[in-house]
Amino acid sequence: MLNIVVCVKQVPDTTDVRIDPETNTLIREGVDSIMNPFDMYAVEEALRIKEKHEGKVTVISMGPPQAESILREAISMGVDDGVLLSDRAFAGSDTWATSYTLAKGIQSIGQFDIIICGKQAADGDTAQVGPGIAVHLNIPQITYVKKVENIENGKITVERLIEEGYEIIEASLPCLMSVVKEINEPRIPSLKGMMRSKKAQIKTIRADDLDVKSEYLGLDGSPTQVVKIFSPPAREKGEMFTGEVSDIVEKLSNVIKEIK
Amino acid sequence: MDYLLTEEQKMMQDLARKIADEKIRPVAKELDEKSEFPYEVMKALADSDLFGVYLPEKYGGFGGGVFELCLITEELSKACGGIAVCYAASALGTIPILIMGNEEQKKKYIPDLASGKKIAAFAVTEPEAGSDASAIQTTAKKEGDHYVINGMKHFITNGGVADTYVVIATTNKTKGARGATAFIIEKGTKGFTFGKKEDKLGIRASTTTELVFNDCKVPAENVLGKEGMGFIATMRTFDASRPGVAAQALGIAQGALDLTVKYATERKQFGKSISNFQGIQFMLADMATEIEAARALVYSTARMIDAKKNNVAGASAMSKMYASDVAMKVTVDCIQIYGGYGYMKDYPIEKYMRDAKITQIYEGTNQIQRSIIAASLIKESRKK
Repeated sequence: MLNIVVCVKQVPDTTDVRIDPETNTLIREGVDSIMNPFDMYAVEEALRIKEKHEGKVTVISMGPPQAESILREAISMGVDDGVLLSDRAFAGSDTWATSYTLAKGIQSIGQFDIIICGKQAADGDTAQVGPGIAVHLNIPQITYVKKVENIENGKITVERLIEEGYEIIEASLPCLMSVVKEINEPRIPSLKGMMRSKKAQIKTIRADDLDVKSEYLGLDGSPTQVVKIFSPPAREKGEMFTGEVSDIVEKLSNVIKEIK
Repeated sequence: MDYLLTEEQKMMQDLARKIADEKIRPVAKELDEKSEFPYEVMKALADSDLFGVYLPEKYGGFGGGVFELCLITEELSKACGGIAVCYAASALGTIPILIMGNEEQKKKYIPDLASGKKIAAFAVTEPEAGSDASAIQTTAKKEGDHYVINGMKHFITNGGVADTYVVIATTNKTKGARGATAFIIEKGTKGFTFGKKEDKLGIRASTTTELVFNDCKVPAENVLGKEGMGFIATMRTFDASRPGVAAQALGIAQGALDLTVKYATERKQFGKSISNFQGIQFMLADMATEIEAARALVYSTARMIDAKKNNVAGASAMSKMYASDVAMKVTVDCIQIYGGYGYMKDYPIEKYMRDAKITQIYEGTNQIQRSIIAASLIKESRKK
């Protein structure tokens, strides 16, 4: 019986993230919110581990009250419970404060064997929160997992994606892993799951419910200060040469000469 | 238009749309080209519990009815009419068991069909018995505690891939329609094999085959209803299932229109999108209106059937006839708006036209539907 915790984040449903130049924060108005796509793989892997080894899957998220919807989505896929860490005091958290708060939240749920995160969030793209949680909890971490090979006798064996291929890593439980999209194909919810998710009770945890130091929370607990965020300027459109090969070569060599 | 769907119905619709977008659209073209059965989509539909939406909870379903079946079929058809019919044809094979079956038969067969673990097919048509279903030649002869079936069925949707078949055979040829009897026959029964697989114009992801019965022994307990009730079973099944075909037609039409509106806004001629031209706008407006009228008719009929109203045959025929005629007209016009590109297989629109055509033909040609509508009008008039 394994206790699996999956960390999920609500992100804007867009690849074109716009930044408010005044506040240096993401513009969320007019953009639908979805579960971070990488976290879908984490949820799916947790469900597969549960189906194979038996256990319980809990999803946890830190965010505003509306983040409840992604917890319900996870429940519709087959997750057992959803926990939302939501408090004004958490606002403005950087990856350090977020991972601290999530780690404390996970501890407050009870015993855990495996924590699974998506490799990174589609909005911030930092890939720091998963590792941060492992550090705060003082447990082993394995990032970029592409396959879970085996779980037995308190140990987990996985394939971890690296640039040249993959490496096989064994870690003792409890541990944290972050997964890449190669690991699985997330399932579509079932009707039974959707009906259950509608009725499910989402437990909301506030700062007062946690054993935390208030100076570690939110903006105050965040050592990262964002000075400026900007969209890189769009690359200028290149010039296209067409026609006979000999003409193109000549045009191109002239351009190179000019640059020189 | 808002059809005042319940929360549950919206949920089912969303789920079907998700499967249509994520699982059907990416494979529709390939399965059409190869004429390949969509096993993976069927599994996704089963895993999502969608095979049971119209079946009673008592037998593992969700307690919905024909209306829910229509909502799902419509959504799936927006992406591919061929894949959608694989789903809908299983319902067509399940409905006679639901309508005519005894408690034991329902308990034995429906739960696996509701979960999608098994799929069903309904077999009436024969080479010489199309619109005239009473002309069937397949015989069933009683011998002790079983029947021996001989003959063949053709054009059977889900033939070969289905596990559970409802087959109409005659137990008394001299009685014509009143001599027909419905049997539940499982795949693998000795003497039951599959013949030619058809190469079709449209709905090519669905499998259409012959069923061949050669001294096939079927236990007497597999008779649906009573001996001689096969024709009634067929008519009552079609009354309940025609809105499903109508919903398929509706989905095909809506799917084609959605693509065409998008295309019209993107395609530029004379320096602007062709959607700026009144000639195109009027076509789009007519199509949208006709589709909405068809939807109102289909939904009303489905709700009427679920409310167990009497004399649904006329409305059921109207919904099937009208929606399929609209689908054919709309898909032809959509190709027209796509112009030359629409005629090419590189674009998805020609497939919608090929898929639409069958909806005017099967489960009773639209000429037969008009006869049913007229017959019900005349019957009503005589009562007055």
